[in-house]
Amino acid sequence: MEDLLNFIGDNMEMIYFLILAILLGVEVISNVPAILHTPLMSGANAIHGVVVVGAIIVMLHASPDNYASLIVGFLAVVMGTLNVVGGFVVTDRMLEMFKKKPKKS
Amino acid sequence: MSLNILEIIYLIASLTFVIGLKMLSHPESARKGNLIAAFGMLIAVIATITIYQPFDSAKAINYGLIALGLIVGTIIGTMMAKKVKMTAMPQMVSFFNGMGGACAALIAIIEFQNHETSVSGSFDGEFLVMLLGLIIGSVSFSGSMIAYGKLEGKIKDKVLPMNQLINMVMLFTIVALTVYQMLGYGDATVFYVLLVIALIYGILFVMPIGGADMPVVISLLNSFTGVAAAFGGFLYGNKAMLTGGILVGSAGTILTILMCTAMNRSLTNVLLGAFGGAKAGGAKGEVGDQTAKEISITDTAVLLSYSQNVVIVPGYGLAVAQAQHICHELEKLLEDKGVNVNYAIHPVAGRMPGHMNVLLAEADVPYERMQEMDEINPRMPNTDVVIVIGANDVVNPAAKKDPSSPIYGMPILEVDQAKNVIILKRGMSAGYAGIENELFFYPKTRMLFGDAKDSLQKLAAEVKEV
Repeated sequence: MEDLLNFIGDNMEMIYFLILAILLGVEVISNVPAILHTPLMSGANAIHGVVVVGAIIVMLHASPDNYASLIVGFLAVVMGTLNVVGGFVVTDRMLEMFKKKPKKS
Repeated sequence: MSLNILEIIYLIASLTFVIGLKMLSHPESARKGNLIAAFGMLIAVIATITIYQPFDSAKAINYGLIALGLIVGTIIGTMMAKKVKMTAMPQMVSFFNGMGGACAALIAIIEFQNHETSVSGSFDGEFLVMLLGLIIGSVSFSGSMIAYGKLEGKIKDKVLPMNQLINMVMLFTIVALTVYQMLGYGDATVFYVLLVIALIYGILFVMPIGGADMPVVISLLNSFTGVAAAFGGFLYGNKAMLTGGILVGSAGTILTILMCTAMNRSLTNVLLGAFGGAKAGGAKGEVGDQTAKEISITDTAVLLSYSQNVVIVPGYGLAVAQAQHICHELEKLLEDKGVNVNYAIHPVAGRMPGHMNVLLAEADVPYERMQEMDEINPRMPNTDVVIVIGANDVVNPAAKKDPSSPIYGMPILEVDQAKNVIILKRGMSAGYAGIENELFFYPKTRMLFGDAKDSLQKLAAEVKEV
């Protein structure tokens, strides 16, 4: 119990941050027209690719002779990058189509 | 000093995520918003590599592998995203989502190896965060892959006997094992057993859910991955990961609920699978022995050409047949004849909300012509002809009339209010929800059987002749 309270106390800043970010997410997303649901989901998908930063940190920590960690970390970097790059490119492709075309009349 | 710069860059990156997401929710600013978030991501990645200081300085091999990983991921990701067809967009999103989940799970696996020793009888918050990252990341990964396979048509809907019960048991086991680990009894074996069970749970969780509900599931898994990423951020005290992950976690959950609302169903209802495929068709007998009336291409062309208001209702069938371009052709031809043509987009038409808009926009259909359900429904009685292309459940009057129907209560496009309804369809099969559609047997309804693209091509040619 003591440890649990200590853990919460030590991370109070992060916990505040977490709660405010949750509320922010809800706020940002309300009132979205249905036509943007798919691009929005795809864009959000790309944003959680920020997990690749964690993969990079893990790789930086890995000791150079621990091959198992290096291999797993490498895979994590590749997959995280796929998530980020693929996500943003696909979203851009979707949104490119919403561009207003000059009207011919 | 340089670590402060890193924190400032993470702050900027977090801001771009929030602003980007906000801009993504408005049509005019959406594209820019996406680019802004991408820019934030780029600086966060670069800053992490160049500024972040691990306690024991990393060697060249670490940097080399990171660079290689980034390059490989970028090349594959760009190629996949550029090559994918617009119709396959939903499964692509699901695939990338799965990659993110896997990344979060792999991070937890490596961190576990560094962590092992410090588990003693006391509460270890970091360890809990790591375990949660592992579990949620794994569920998200395997679930997304199944969703991807299903939408690609590679995996069929399957319901195990007592699937629901098995899922409950697995969920319970996951919780129990996590607690066991946390109490300090666990070892590496338990950790990997947990990993395997989480992976299997992801599969069984998505397996019984029907194709029509897949968007909801993808959106949900999307927010799962966000949460997993946020746990990673918590672990490292990394604020960019925390904001990015949690934003998507909460925004994704709201989006999931919005989608459910559009179908007038609760999330539990979707997940526990009322549509799952286990139930037998309800209102079948009522319409079983009626016959639908067919119409020829020529008659359709004449009917359309002499109408004033025509409404096109696109559905997933349009996407499958890749008929969006020819559909736009037909619309232009009719416009030239002075017919007023609009598209009626149901919130859940296609396999993802907004799927139809993306598709039609690809074919250069002007934005203003795509009308949402609430705009177009009041105008239905003034519509001369409604053309339903590959849509079914979203125009099924049973949703309004038949309380025993599984889709009862779902808002629909009220095409039965229009003067004539023409339905382009391959055959008489039921829609995703597996329900008969009595609309097909209405006196004002005519069926035009065949492949949507093929029919539309012939129709366009005929309209030119009229």
